[in-house]
Amino acid sequence: MDLKTKFTPQSWPAHPENATLEGKNKTLGFWIFLGGETVLFATLFATFLALKNKGPNGMEFSTQSLFELPLAFIMTMLLLTSSLTSVYAMYHMKNHNFKAMQAWIAVTVVLGLGFLGLEIYEFYHYVHLGFTFTQSAFGSSFYTLVGTHGLHVIIGLAWFILLMLRNSKRGLNLYNAPKYYLASLYWHFIDVVWVFIFTVVYLMGVLD
Amino acid sequence: MSSTAKKKGFGATIWDYLTTVDHKKIAVLYLIAGTLFFVIGGIEAMLIRIQLAEPNNDFVSAGLFNEIITMHGTTMIFLAAMPLLFAFMNAAVPLQIGARDVAFPFLNSLGFWLFLFGGLFLNLSWFLGGAPDAGWTSYASLSLASPTHGIDFYALGLQISGAGTLIAGINFLVTIINMRAPGMTYMRMPLFTWTTFVASALILFAFPPLTVGLFFMIFDRMFDANFFDHLNGGNTIIWEHLFWIFGHPEVYILVLPAFGLFSEIFATFSRKRLFGYSSMVFATILIGFLGFMVWAHHMFTVGLGPTANAIFAVATMAIAVPTGMKVFNWLLTIWGGNIKVTTPMLYGLGFIPSFVAGGVTGVMQASAPLDYQLHDSYFIVAHFHYVIVGGIVLALFAAAHYYWPLMFNQMLNETLGKITFVFFFVGFHCTFFIQHFLGLMGMPRRVFTYQGDQGWDLFNYISTIGAFLMAIGVILLVVNVIITAIKGEPAGRDPWKDGRTLEWAIPQPVPYYNFKQTPLVRGLDTFWIEKMEGNKEGMTYAEPISDIHMPNNSFIPFMISFGLFVAAFGALYHQDADKAWSLPVLIAGLAITFLSMIVRSLKDDLGYHIHKEELMNEKGGKK
Ligand code: HEM
Ligand SMILES: [Cu+2]
Repeated sequence: MDLKTKFTPQSWPAHPENATLEGKNKTLGFWIFLGGETVLFATLFATFLALKNKGPNGMEFSTQSLFELPLAFIMTMLLLTSSLTSVYAMYHMKNHNFKAMQAWIAVTVVLGLGFLGLEIYEFYHYVHLGFTFTQSAFGSSFYTLVGTHGLHVIIGLAWFILLMLRNSKRGLNLYNAPKYYLASLYWHFIDVVWVFIFTVVYLMGVLD
Repeated sequence: MSSTAKKKGFGATIWDYLTTVDHKKIAVLYLIAGTLFFVIGGIEAMLIRIQLAEPNNDFVSAGLFNEIITMHGTTMIFLAAMPLLFAFMNAAVPLQIGARDVAFPFLNSLGFWLFLFGGLFLNLSWFLGGAPDAGWTSYASLSLASPTHGIDFYALGLQISGAGTLIAGINFLVTIINMRAPGMTYMRMPLFTWTTFVASALILFAFPPLTVGLFFMIFDRMFDANFFDHLNGGNTIIWEHLFWIFGHPEVYILVLPAFGLFSEIFATFSRKRLFGYSSMVFATILIGFLGFMVWAHHMFTVGLGPTANAIFAVATMAIAVPTGMKVFNWLLTIWGGNIKVTTPMLYGLGFIPSFVAGGVTGVMQASAPLDYQLHDSYFIVAHFHYVIVGGIVLALFAAAHYYWPLMFNQMLNETLGKITFVFFFVGFHCTFFIQHFLGLMGMPRRVFTYQGDQGWDLFNYISTIGAFLMAIGVILLVVNVIITAIKGEPAGRDPWKDGRTLEWAIPQPVPYYNFKQTPLVRGLDTFWIEKMEGNKEGMTYAEPISDIHMPNNSFIPFMISFGLFVAAFGALYHQDADKAWSLPVLIAGLAITFLSMIVRSLKDDLGYHIHKEELMNEKGGKK
């Protein structure tokens, strides 16, 4: 594979992420990796369910007293929308429209940063109330589950940003197309995990 | 790259191995490192048996004894058995499926270095204030109360080497799915490839729970989290669940490849097609699947309740069915075969009854009411050594003899090999058979000494004698390796003369690019088919000679792993108020890792090509 081949939208393959053996391997390997990540999150969810609302005798914190659905809802909307914008970016990637792709990724990053900002605010707020990582088993499991997701968001954002910067001058080729594709796949995964967090942690926490 | 390395000095060879991404060389690295840890774990085992040889012994103290048993188990499972299996997987699987290399050569090397640095980190605990002492299972109620840094070495070391294992697992999955030569359909894959495939899938799903459990343990010990601390709402049973959700599949991660190795060996030396190939494949998958359903059989006495115990008991017994299928298939492969009792075959013949004995005690333990009696006694120790030594270690020794000519182009001495087997095999049964009875007589496991005159003295003494016989066996194997290396006689291609699968079709020494032309696979046991049809070359080709794309060597995997190794020291000592240097060390370590990753991602590394003309002149051979 060489980087010099210049593509036009006409000569660009329909599945650029799978057009080379390297690309094919990376795509498959990444899907498999996401399988492992799924188990990792499943474990964190299970632990959270086992430990939610558990703490020292007479603990005042509970999912009902802490969580605010409106905030969690806004965060959900931001992340869902960012997933959509990353789909647009991939659409343009497949059409070999580099500029549009970069632009949509930038929008994705901005939305992701918004999500991250709200999450930091939320954590800050809880810590302020005295609900910390070390306060109770509930606290440990909550911050570990939601925080691990937050860490994934940070990694996803850093990945997008580095890709945009690294390739800003050289455009799309078969070497970096799989990288873009996988970064966006990762982003979708993060989004799906959040949907579960929203349901299991926030909705089920407030409702029952 | 391809032409510089003809005659290499010592330094250049070392550098070559530090940077290699070639699966054949990584196999050698795994073999060396795994053997090193196997010897360390073996010495620990000898110390255990010396201490227990007689009642009220004070050869080692109680505390030290706990450290030794913990490190023995942890080292043998994570740092000896797994890497040694990876050694043979790396050596054989890409060749068995006719591939140029694994799917991700760079990650292959990263996986190795992560494992090695994690293992080194764990073992350095001996010199840095004390090894972990809560057993290889490290139950939270014990490990949270352990005063030294030992448990932190355990948690951080396993975290690093576990990441390496996960990477290796993903790599083999993609390799086997994507890199098979034309004609190598799934149902034509040799059984060692199949079992590697299923074991890799188990790694993928079993290691994340361990990762999470280890993080909880690190958080609880180092950052005052409360996952396992019941005073703050935590629950110590969570660790047990996470550990065994990992731990039971782990034993199948180990034993499935061992099954695969023996399947190859039985077919080769019975000079017969493996009996019931498709049912072998089916049984492998079924065992892999059921392996995830049974973890609570390690927790029958925890008090999960009769319903849970009953379900897990039945599920556990069910695993004996596919395992039994395998045993019968092996027997029927040998039955009526044209048998050649070589050293690997001898190990195979010893394996069947030994492993069956371990399976039988397994089914006994699976019966929950009986397990209340057996649990935490020497009966358990006997059971898992029958399956692990009688299954996995025998397979590793067999594979060492079987694949030595593939990896080093030399044959180990057959006579010495058989003598090794006799010592090891007799020693093994002498050590462990009698432990069943010790367990039934009530001797608990993990005790550093015992009172005399309870009827345990003689049996313990016999068990220790057995351990010495096993040690003699291991030393003989090492002697065999040294003699063979000094003699240095090349073994040549297909040295057993009965090779059936593609790895034997390749010229020796194996060219660094593997197959000059990708082979075309025409059936199960494809090399055998070609030989039977009188094909002198032993291969049909799928393509004309053309340029071969190769990956570049890289030092980055070493640096990424080294950075984590450094960072782990920082993290570990960060808990001590008097060690101000720990934070800078933590940051420096992470910086090394991240900078290496950034270099990797910014610098395009497209590999290089070996040109057709070069290949035409090439007669094969290592570079
Ligand atoms: C038919 C197959 C098997 C069955 C039914 C079985 C069943 C069991 C049961 C019920 C226990 C728990 C006993 C207790 O602690 O009270 C156990 C322990 C164990 N088994 Fe097996 N087993 C089987 C095969 C294997 C294999 C193939 C391996 C390894 C390759 C293995 C390795 C172990 C280990 C390491 C332990 C003890 C772990 C510990 O407590 O330290 N088993 N087995
Ligand atoms: Cu088990």
